[in-house]
Amino acid sequence: MVLQSFKNCLWLSCVLRTPKACFWSTAGGGLIIQSVSNDVYQNLAVEDWIHDHMDLEKQQILFLWRNSPAVVIGRHQNPWQECNLRLLRQKNIKLARRRSGGGTVYHDLGNINLTFFTTRKKYERMGNLKLVVKALKALRPQLDVHVTDRYDILLNRQYKISGTAAKLGRTSAYHHCTLLCNADKFVLSSVLKSPYKGLKSNATPSVPASVKNLFEEDASLTSEMLLDAIAKEYAVQHQIDHHITLINPADEILLPGISNKTKELQTWEWVYGKTPKFSISTCFNMAYEDSVLDVKVNMDVKHGRIEVCNIDLPEQWLPPGLYSELVKSLTGSKFCPHEISTLVTKLLRVCPQDNELHNRWSLLCENMIRLM
Amino acid sequence: VCIHRVRSCSSIRFIKSKYVCVFDKSALKFSHQQRLFRTSPVSCGQIVQFKLSDIGEGITEVTVKEWYIKEGDSVSQFDSICEVQSDKASVTITSRYDGIIRKLHYSIDDIAFVGKPLVDIEIDASKGVASEDVVETPPMSHEEHTHQEIKGHKTLATPAVRRLAMENNIKLSEVVGTGKDNRILKEDILNYLAKQTGAILPPSPKAEIVPPLRKTEAVPAAPKDKARRIPAPVPRPIAFSGKDRTEPVTGFQKAMVKTMSAALKIPHFGYSDEIDLTQLVQLREELKSLAEIRGVKLSFMPFFIKAASLGLLQYPILNASLDENCQNVTYKASHNIGVAMDTEQGLIVPNVKNVQVCSVFDIAVELNRLQSLGSAGQLGTSDLTGGTFTLSNIGTIGGTYAKAVILPPEVAIGALGKIQVLPRFNDKGEVFKAQIMNVSWSADHRVIDGATMARFSNLWKSYLENPASMLLDLK
Repeated sequence: MVLQSFKNCLWLSCVLRTPKACFWSTAGGGLIIQSVSNDVYQNLAVEDWIHDHMDLEKQQILFLWRNSPAVVIGRHQNPWQECNLRLLRQKNIKLARRRSGGGTVYHDLGNINLTFFTTRKKYERMGNLKLVVKALKALRPQLDVHVTDRYDILLNRQYKISGTAAKLGRTSAYHHCTLLCNADKFVLSSVLKSPYKGLKSNATPSVPASVKNLFEEDASLTSEMLLDAIAKEYAVQHQIDHHITLINPADEILLPGISNKTKELQTWEWVYGKTPKFSISTCFNMAYEDSVLDVKVNMDVKHGRIEVCNIDLPEQWLPPGLYSELVKSLTGSKFCPHEISTLVTKLLRVCPQDNELHNRWSLLCENMIRLM
Repeated sequence: VCIHRVRSCSSIRFIKSKYVCVFDKSALKFSHQQRLFRTSPVSCGQIVQFKLSDIGEGITEVTVKEWYIKEGDSVSQFDSICEVQSDKASVTITSRYDGIIRKLHYSIDDIAFVGKPLVDIEIDASKGVASEDVVETPPMSHEEHTHQEIKGHKTLATPAVRRLAMENNIKLSEVVGTGKDNRILKEDILNYLAKQTGAILPPSPKAEIVPPLRKTEAVPAAPKDKARRIPAPVPRPIAFSGKDRTEPVTGFQKAMVKTMSAALKIPHFGYSDEIDLTQLVQLREELKSLAEIRGVKLSFMPFFIKAASLGLLQYPILNASLDENCQNVTYKASHNIGVAMDTEQGLIVPNVKNVQVCSVFDIAVELNRLQSLGSAGQLGTSDLTGGTFTLSNIGTIGGTYAKAVILPPEVAIGALGKIQVLPRFNDKGEVFKAQIMNVSWSADHRVIDGATMARFSNLWKSYLENPASMLLDLK
């Protein structure tokens, strides 16, 4: 009911074109909001929106969110280096690139995300993490959790249960962290292992760590309890009401421009195209008829597109015209299996219709696509 | 470096001739002075060293990860200059000045130091950016006096805009900003002024864009205003800031260019007809639920595909391939019928293999598989190669008749229009509601003649208009 009156207030304010003060301003120096969506792109878009549009001088914001299975890489990371993209595609696990720095994490509904929004002046990660630890200890005093100087939270001095990243803008900043409650560790470890060899890049590498779920330590815990405890501690520290306001990331009235932000986060240009320049130097074996061929491949990939491509094949294995056609087509194309598959199969249409040739072409292309 | 400065100064000389006298003095000495602090406004654009401001938490160095600008670009205050990273924090550095970027002090992946110059910006002195101590003061306190707090939201405006407002006695708090971050632009001030004098201005483009979902609620405000003011229209040239954009042809498009150029070499002829699908529509309704129980979505395509295959058995020339030199025609044994699919990236044509030995249900299963892989961008090369005949159901998007382009090395293609409910006459001469779909065939006239195409089409049509007849010929 409270939300309904807020909505009416918003509609009015929208028509009158005045700031949407109603939803956002509360008594006190803080606001706790929780997303009703489990879509990683929508939730990341909310972070962007608050960072770009909210004045955090008078009040800070705590944003609570959870995602359906997704891998989230840092702003300056290389997805090929960080995770098993083939497995992600197979399992329909989303891949997102966030705007904050740091390493790669796996999210599912067993993981809680917390974002602390402040002005740039008040940006202070250690304080936020100590708040989380305090909340955990208040809930379960026997829990051995502490914050390291790398801004991780460790359980029993050994297992990482939380990782941190941050984004600083001109006047606002946010610090977000994960909290492993009941995530699927098996999927986590398999998707965060990259099968791609021969990658050379200056992208931020992730630091692998042993992880554990809080629920393994204490099976009586639930996500709701943890969210509540953290919200309570935040409320105490900011001297505000212990009240969590729900927010719908698809609400264009409350968050004008949010759907554009959500769309941008899903574009290939953002997720893959923002990968810092990298090179691949690898080889694979192709079994063809009675022989095994050793093929060496060297590629430079910039903005997610193949800038330079060299395939070292035995001479005449493919007619030279066709080989140069392949290399020419690959150059400038996205380093993406879908795009390359479509490209090479379309090219086959304009080749001489020779079964042997087609088989060789398909074999080579399939191996090339496996690199992506 | 000194020579660089002289060059930039002398280029300005041509623009601002009244300042020539200043340059007559030794330009070298003058530019040298500029490299230190600017404490007095000078006539030529002065180079300011924009230093990397404090990141917080005692951090002294960061890695430069991405430049958003390059040397020679012009920037406005608050534009993003670069992205730097420090210990899991990604920081967007924004410009404090309006001007032109003259030098980037770091390359990607270099370590940058807090308090040291990041970029050199040449600012236009006539804009009146007066003495600001560049070095010591951290940016935070500067931002204070460039903002106004209004109802919990900042008002952003460049100094030039503020001056314009001041000169016209306008309170910035009363102006709605349409720029980035709700920044107030010069246009907003002008709009506000025009409103004061009662002139009509065309609505600013931004107002229409946001919010798209609630247009019906937000729009009432605008037309009312327009209705009141109709008597005195003041035409104001709408500033169109759109620019042409050129991109290289890569990836999908490159492949399309190749295939379509090859297809152009095929002499196409077309043949179209209309099909009465009334009986098929009914049949599908009955079978849809049965298929759903088996976990398969049944559309019309599996019927179209199977009927085509039955037709190809009678007219195998349509499932053939002509070699490059037009010396040989190869009659393909398998009916690998391609289905054109529209994806985000563009057109792809996966094919259902060996339709001649598949049941309608088998085809439906395979189509489901191809469709889900297609939308996820996961179709493999085997699904995308080996097609012998293609159907394009453009009708799902719209249209009636179409002229499809044959996909080499095939010799025929069919484009299916949308199903429309139209009045038709039955044998008794009565008008009834018919479900009509149009089909447009294109075929390679080098090996296929009109009669063959027409007969194939008639056979295909008869199977679909009377689905029970398919039972007789099903293998």
